[in-house]
Amino acid sequence: MKDLSLHIIDIFQNSVSAKATKIELVIIENTERDELRMQFKDNGIGMNTEMVNNVTNAFYTTRTTRKVGLGIPLLKRNAELTGGDFSITSELGVGTEINVRFKHSHIDRQPFGDLAGAIVLTATSYPKTRFVYKHQKDGMEYIFDTDEINEVLDGISIQSTDVVLMLKELIDSNLEEIRVKK
Amino acid sequence: MEKIKSLADLKKRQESLKSKIDLRDRANDPESHIQVKVSMSTCGIASGAKHTMEILIQEFNRHKIDAIVTQTGCMGFCFAEPTIEVKKPGAEPIIFGYVNEEKAIEIIEKYVINDVLVEGIIPANYQSIDNK
Ligand SMILES: Nc1ncnc2c1ncn2[C@@H]1O[C@H](COP(=O)(O)OP(=O)(O)OP(=O)(O)O)[C@@H](O)[C@H]1O
Ligand SMILES: [Mg+2]
Repeated sequence: MKDLSLHIIDIFQNSVSAKATKIELVIIENTERDELRMQFKDNGIGMNTEMVNNVTNAFYTTRTTRKVGLGIPLLKRNAELTGGDFSITSELGVGTEINVRFKHSHIDRQPFGDLAGAIVLTATSYPKTRFVYKHQKDGMEYIFDTDEINEVLDGISIQSTDVVLMLKELIDSNLEEIRVKK
Repeated sequence: MEKIKSLADLKKRQESLKSKIDLRDRANDPESHIQVKVSMSTCGIASGAKHTMEILIQEFNRHKIDAIVTQTGCMGFCFAEPTIEVKKPGAEPIIFGYVNEEKAIEIIEKYVINDVLVEGIIPANYQSIDNK
């Protein structure tokens, strides 16, 4: 994956496949500690202990269209390449949580890429799922919550292309405000 | 137009949108608009599916064509990513493979607007490894 925004879409897609109705992403950038953390949480079907233990091995998958699962192992490897770490916990019927940590300034740390696009393109694809995205950078914070957005839209479909483009603009300008670098 | 920076800005735009067109419940009537699904499996994403999706949204918006473009899971055509499914009102869905930016624009300008078929269609009877 060429940037973190693509990993985010990929991990969201797992939550969607797991029938989550609420998907959360918290990104925390701490320059002083030279850390970039991403925490994903969903309330999907979850996994049992054996599955959780297997999921970071490439080639584990429950998908039937291909024999290998790549999404999670790729993210784990990319975090570890920067001296960071990866953990996943899950409970059947409750949900799944993934924590990834990167060394912020590491040369191999992928750039964020288009975060706004990743969030908006996924959130508007699954209008019945609530997406909450929180981004903290050195004490500043921005929160995007589709429940709030739908309230403002007041009946206008979040899927109309006008709205998709507006939401991207909304997130982009707020990330700029808290000085998130693409 | 001024940039959207807050929910209040979004509200203003929402009001002008609302007065222009009635978008209410459009999503519930699948025959009222074009539906495009973009496969967002790991291989789709790695092959550029996100960019393809953005181009589709921009182009439909620019042409003022009523369309809903969404992600979907793996369609089983890893060899032909990015893969998209296009469903025009009243027509059967068609799956296109290798849809980069150029192809996406060609599909909108030729197939969607002018009803001319373009290359790159994956036949409906193609067996993905799922149902082989
Ligand atoms: N959030 C989740 N909730 C429940 N199960 C999950 C979740 N994330 C991953 N899984 C399980 O772990 C498996 C491996 O996930 P991974 O993303 O690595 O590969 P994949 O989704 O199967 O294929 P792909 O290569 O397209 O990502 C999935 O098939 C699924 O069974
Ligand atoms: Mg996956």
